[in-house]
Amino acid sequence: MVQYMEPVLDATFAALSDPTRRGVLEQLGRADASITTLAEKFHMTLTGMKKHVGVLEQAGLVTTEKVGRVRTCRLGLCGLDNEAEWIERYRQLWAERFDELDKIVKELKQKEKTHGQKKR
Amino acid sequence: MDKRKDSDSNPTKNNTTVERKSDRELVVTRTFNGPANVVFNAWTKPELFQRWWAPKSFGVSLLSCELDARTGGKYRLVFRHPSTGEPMPFFGRYVEVIPPKRIVWTNDEGEEPGAVTTVTFEENAGKTVVVLHDLFPSKEALDEGIASGSTSGYPLQFEQLDQLLVDLEASVGGRTA
Repeated sequence: MVQYMEPVLDATFAALSDPTRRGVLEQLGRADASITTLAEKFHMTLTGMKKHVGVLEQAGLVTTEKVGRVRTCRLGLCGLDNEAEWIERYRQLWAERFDELDKIVKELKQKEKTHGQKKR
Repeated sequence: MDKRKDSDSNPTKNNTTVERKSDRELVVTRTFNGPANVVFNAWTKPELFQRWWAPKSFGVSLLSCELDARTGGKYRLVFRHPSTGEPMPFFGRYVEVIPPKRIVWTNDEGEEPGAVTTVTFEENAGKTVVVLHDLFPSKEALDEGIASGSTSGYPLQFEQLDQLLVDLEASVGGRTA
């Protein structure tokens, strides 16, 4: 978990390190907005804003959807508050442990069997 | 051996299910293809326990494993943090140990009171259903606990990130208010 979460968190922190991108998140916290609107709000070129949104999107903080010619951005929050996702990770932890435990149970059962048969 | 043999050996792998029973409770259920005493031993004997407890995909390894699996006994596990190499201790007390039916232990490594874990082993026709029940002292503790498991290192990062998001939200509120 640590291993696979780290790249995500790195991306998240990197995304949040920039004041414009934090501003974009604040803005999207109030309402969804198109890239054009965001570019205007932050006095940037469309290309510049696209880059920022791209970084936020990669970090899972923002999702975008293109409808017609307009790409709408909304908060994604990376699923960090998503309980289901947490629980799924927790389940994976146990599933992985238990798959290992299966092997041990199998091995011990086998041992018991041979010992029983040989009456040792 | 033909392919069918391979797939025949696969169904022995049973599903692990997790349910959030309440604000403070998580329940993990799994069936094992062996008798209860065998499964129970794998939870209480250090030489067996340490072979399965450290989840490989998390990159953690166990540095040491002491289990005094008796009612009132203590346990102490030390993991090696995958990126820093720092030792991460996990410890607590066995509240109740009834072979081969039930183990209850505390999780005392955190600063706040931790969850109490109850594991029951129910044998039926040579198989054993293991039910692991984590009871957290509060909803907040569970919310953090879900993330921690035995994988300390990222919960802290999550907390930092959570804080950052809270701060962000506050600054939004501050400006619009």
